[in-house]
Order: sequence, then structure tokens, then C-alpha cells
Amino acid sequence: MDTFLQQFINGLSLGAIYALIALGYTMVYGVLRLINFAHGDVYMLGAFAGYYLANAMNMDANPSIPGTIAVTLGAMAICAGIGILIERLAYRPVRHHSRLTSLITAIGVSLLLEYGGQVVFGATPRFFPQMIRSETYTLGGVQTTNQSLLIIVVAFVLMFGLEFIVHRTKMGKAMRAVSFNLPVARLMGINTDLVIAFTFALGSALAAVAGVLVALSIPRIDPLMGLMTGLKAFVAAVLGGIGNIPGAMLGGMLIGLMETWISATAYSTYRDAMAFAVLILILLFRPAGILGTSVTEKV
Amino acid sequence: MKLCRPTLIFFALVVALSLACERRSGTAEQSTTGDILVGMYGSLTGDGASFGQSSVEGAQLAVEEINNAGGVLGRKIRMLVEDDQSRPEEASSAVTKLITQDKVVAVLGEVASRRTLAAAPVAQKYQIPLITPASTNERVTQVGDYIFRVCFIDPFQGEVLAKFAYNDLKARKVAVLKDIQQDYSVGLTDSIQKTFTGLGGRVLDPVSYSSGDADFRAILTQVRAQKPDAIFATGYYPEAAIIVRQARELGMTMPILGGDGWVGDALKNGREALKNTFISNHYSGENPDPVVQNFVKAYRAKFKREPDSIAALGYDAAKVLADAITRAKGTEGPKLRDAIAAADVAGVTGRLKMNADRNVVKPAVIEEIQFVNGDVKYAYKTTINPN
Repeated sequence: MDTFLQQFINGLSLGAIYALIALGYTMVYGVLRLINFAHGDVYMLGAFAGYYLANAMNMDANPSIPGTIAVTLGAMAICAGIGILIERLAYRPVRHHSRLTSLITAIGVSLLLEYGGQVVFGATPRFFPQMIRSETYTLGGVQTTNQSLLIIVVAFVLMFGLEFIVHRTKMGKAMRAVSFNLPVARLMGINTDLVIAFTFALGSALAAVAGVLVALSIPRIDPLMGLMTGLKAFVAAVLGGIGNIPGAMLGGMLIGLMETWISATAYSTYRDAMAFAVLILILLFRPAGILGTSVTEKV
Repeated sequence: MKLCRPTLIFFALVVALSLACERRSGTAEQSTTGDILVGMYGSLTGDGASFGQSSVEGAQLAVEEINNAGGVLGRKIRMLVEDDQSRPEEASSAVTKLITQDKVVAVLGEVASRRTLAAAPVAQKYQIPLITPASTNERVTQVGDYIFRVCFIDPFQGEVLAKFAYNDLKARKVAVLKDIQQDYSVGLTDSIQKTFTGLGGRVLDPVSYSSGDADFRAILTQVRAQKPDAIFATGYYPEAAIIVRQARELGMTMPILGGDGWVGDALKNGREALKNTFISNHYSGENPDPVVQNFVKAYRAKFKREPDSIAALGYDAAKVLADAITRAKGTEGPKLRDAIAAADVAGVTGRLKMNADRNVVKPAVIEEIQFVNGDVKYAYKTTINPN
């Protein structure tokens, strides 16, 4: 029983990581119908931005919570800027072409960030400074750390925050309008370029939070770290229903739990394959995802 | 004519480069005068960066000492270094380049067995001797008669670790975590299992992970449920650092043991969790033997840091090669091969005498890992001799 509960907690902490990244995936898709494959790599850049900021502030020797918040905000700002830049330079020029063009551009941007990252940061894995000293809590035979709890809490807070922005603010209304029909939204006087730039900035800032928090709990970072994690977060977003914010959360948690469950069996090395098997199954049987609603397109 | 200048520069570059290549291949053809070219390939970047850097630094120190003492056969040794980015396919192309383009007389390198296994067939094919400083997997030197090593092999290392766990730590039930992508880890796991069961202990079903994994909580929880007395983590240092940390976070306080693959800079990221961990190693820097102490002093002076055992083995590999070139009185592949096979050198890591399988038989040390002032310290525990 202890073991089962422990694995459940392990699964939730892993799932919260996927959920954090899936939130950004799903939001950009919700607004633009663009699968931003570079999202996982922005997550990587967030972790590296955090790494350099934390080292500049010498956080490893003096861990502190205000410092951690400062590092996270800094990484968010850097990634938001990068997100706007990517949108401006890579996606906006092809926005009026077919959706496939954007998708291929996204893959191109992803590869550029991964291998550009190897040139700039080097391929050697770095270890993230411990900005918050790890503390283990024991509750009835189940152990968890302050860092894992932090990820879970932050994932939920961001989910609600994102829901609030999208459904309760003026900018959110504009985002939904752009999502509904971009040309008409422009006719209604919405600055669509600004709304799209904001969407990317917000998504990239979310990725940065994920990058810093994950690196705190699993300290190994390298330029290719966003590849597999990003793909699994994408699967999580599809599983929950891409475009649906609570769906991203649910999908992330489910993928995390499944992966943990597979790892705990004798087939531990098949856990990466499992995520993609899930993707195939969901696309076959419920393409809209668990919480998504399928829209019949008029042809 | 706007395009003219870049185009011209481009052509000029092409011509210059092709001339440069022409010149190099002209003079480098295994000449009998000038510098003796020795190749070294290693993981200077990537997952195994610490391995590559330490082994290359060790070899550089040896080459510098040899050259300062007048070189070999009256000629200086020049070492050409290639980075394989910790990737097996790059390892084999690095060795191909060193042999076919740079025309080196011998190749030193790789630490990770998987990458040596990828590169060794190339050296064997061109009949250029290859000495690996630290690849301990048994199959490495079975690739062919041009492949040598200056370290012990995993069947022995596994025996040492299993005996230490059984006799000194009094463990009776142990778990093993193995990296299925690394020949080293798989081989070491087999050997630990065999010896430990032979001693009367029980080894739980090995749990597998892959290089690059960063979340071991699920498999560690599974191990925890079976209550082992000790855990072996037979992979390399980047994963070991995280395994140790996550095990302690899950409240697992039992001893964790590893092989020489734990020796790497990034191990220090295990931090306080490294308490109660032990490794088998090739040498101890605390050994008072003057050969060892002179090496430690020279290394510290040159690289401003403590040498690890991988650096010591890089140094020894270069020394064995230089000694063999001297005795062979030449650098032709077959002659050099025979000379290396007859090597008997007093190295930093012990007596380097090749056996019939082109391996050296040496004692291993057990060290306790300590985390002091933000860095790892390897504290000597005991020496275990081969029978």
C-alpha cells in the first residue's frame, strides 16, 4: 500500500511537469491552431536562463525563496521575449500560408533551438543550482520533497491563472475572438498581431516557469532536454483535449501516472514508447481528447 | 557585380583549404623523421565530458613529461585530440579520421566501453594499436589483437564490489540498477550478480534505466518495497548523482555502491546524499607511493585541480605507448603491437603488465565518497587484490 501511494505521488509530481509544459502547448494551439513544436525547447531555454541567472546570483551557496522567485521571473521575462521573437521572425511571415507550413516552420524552429543550444551552451549536461534546499516530508510511509510539492502547487495555480486570463480578462476575450475567427476579429478593431504576440509571450513564460521548477527538482539540464519532455507534454495536451486548459492538466497527470506505473514494472525501459502508444490510441478512438469537444467542420 | 566579392572569397577559401589538405597528407605519411603523431579520442563534450577531459589531461601530462625528457627515439610525441561528443558513432569516425587522415601511429582512448567497442574495430582493421585507458568491459580487448587496455576488467571489478558489500557491509539482499544502453553497466551488473549469489547472498531482479534518464523515483520506490540491504548503481556518474539524491529523498538510507563509472566531475551534484556510498576504483590519490604522489603533484600544478582515476589511467596509457615505441625502435603497426603486448611498466595505477588477453591484472581499491566543501572526496577504504 505504501508503495502504491508512493508511486501515486511520484506519478503526480512527474505528471505536474508534463502538465506545466502542456498548458503552454494547449494555449497557443487554442488561439492559433498551431502546434508549437518549439515549446519544449523554450522550456529548455527557460531552464538555461534560470541556470545562468541563479549562478550569477550565486544561489547555490545562498539558497533563498525571494531569490528563487527573482530567478523565475527573470527566466519568464527572457523566454517571453524569445517567444515574441520566434513569433515575429518565424511564424508571422507564414501565418497566411497553409497550416502545414506553420507546422513545418515550428519543427524547424525546434531544431534550430536544440542544435543552436548545443553550440551556445555545449552538449555537456549542467546541474542546476539548488536554489531551494531539498527537504523530504514523510507522511505515513510516503515520502515527497518540497520541490515536488512546489511543482504540483504551481501547476494548479498556473492552470487557474490561465483560465482566468482567457475567460475573465479583456485580453482573454480578444484571444478567444482571434481563435474564433482571425480576419473578423481584426475587422472588429482587435489588434490581432498584438494578441498573438501576447499569446506567445504568455506561453513561453509558462514554459520558463516549468523549466526552472523542473530543473530544481530534477537538476540535470542539457540542450536536448526539451525534446522528449516536450513531445510527452504534447501527448498530454492531446490526451486532455488540445486547446483545453484543464485538459492539459488532466492529460499531464495521466501521462505522469502511466509512465510511473510502467517504470515500476519489469518493462521500465518501455515507458517512452508508452506515451506514443497513448497518442496513437487517442487519435484513433477519441481524437478530440478526454475533455475536448469535437467540432464538425463544414467542407 | 555585387555578388562578385563573396564568390571570389569563397573560391579563394576552397583553393586555400585544398592546398592545406594537400600539404598535410604529403608530410604526414607515417614519416620516420619529425614528430611522432599519436591520436587520442574522447568524450570532451556531452554526457561523458568529465571522462574525456580527465583522460586527455592525464595523457597530455604524460606526453609533456616524455617530451621534456627528450622524447622517444630522439623525436617528440605530438598528440592529436578528437572529440566524439559522447556518441559511439562519432567515436568510430573520430578514430577513422585519426588513422586515415592524420596518419597517427597509435590511438589512445575512450573511457566508456560502449564507445571503445564502437571505435576499436576501425583500429583493428587498419592495424593501428589502440590502448583504452579505462574501458573495463570484458569484450573490448576481444575485438582484436591490436586492442589493449591499462585498467582491470569488469568481471574482476564486479567481484570486488560484491565481496565488499557481502563481507564488509554485511549485505545479504541487494538490488541492482543498470543502464541498459551501456555495455559497461550491463557487464558489471552480470558480474556482481554472479559473485554475490556465489557468496550466498540474494540479488533482486535488476532494474533497468537508460542513459539520460533523470527521474528514477518510480524504479527506486519499487526497489524500496523489497527492502534491500544495499543498492548497486552500475551506470555512469551523471545518472548516479541523481539516483543517489532521489533514493535519499525517498528515505532510502542504505549503502549505495558503484563502479569506476562514478568517477566524474558531476557526481558532486549528489551532494549530501552521497553519504554512505562506495565505489571501486583504479587507484587512490592518497597512496604514498612516490610514483603516485609525483603524478598528483604534477597534475595539480598543470591543471589546478585534483586528478581523478580516469586522469591517472590516461597518463598510464600514454606512458605504456611511449615505452612500447622506444622498445619497438619504430612505429609500424605490427612491431608496435608486439611491443605493447610485452609491456611491463610501473604506472600510477599499479604494475602495467599485459596478459595474453591484452588486459592488465591489477588490484582495485574501494573508496568511500564524501561530500566536503561542495566537492567530492574519494576516501580510501581498502585494496582488493586479484586472485
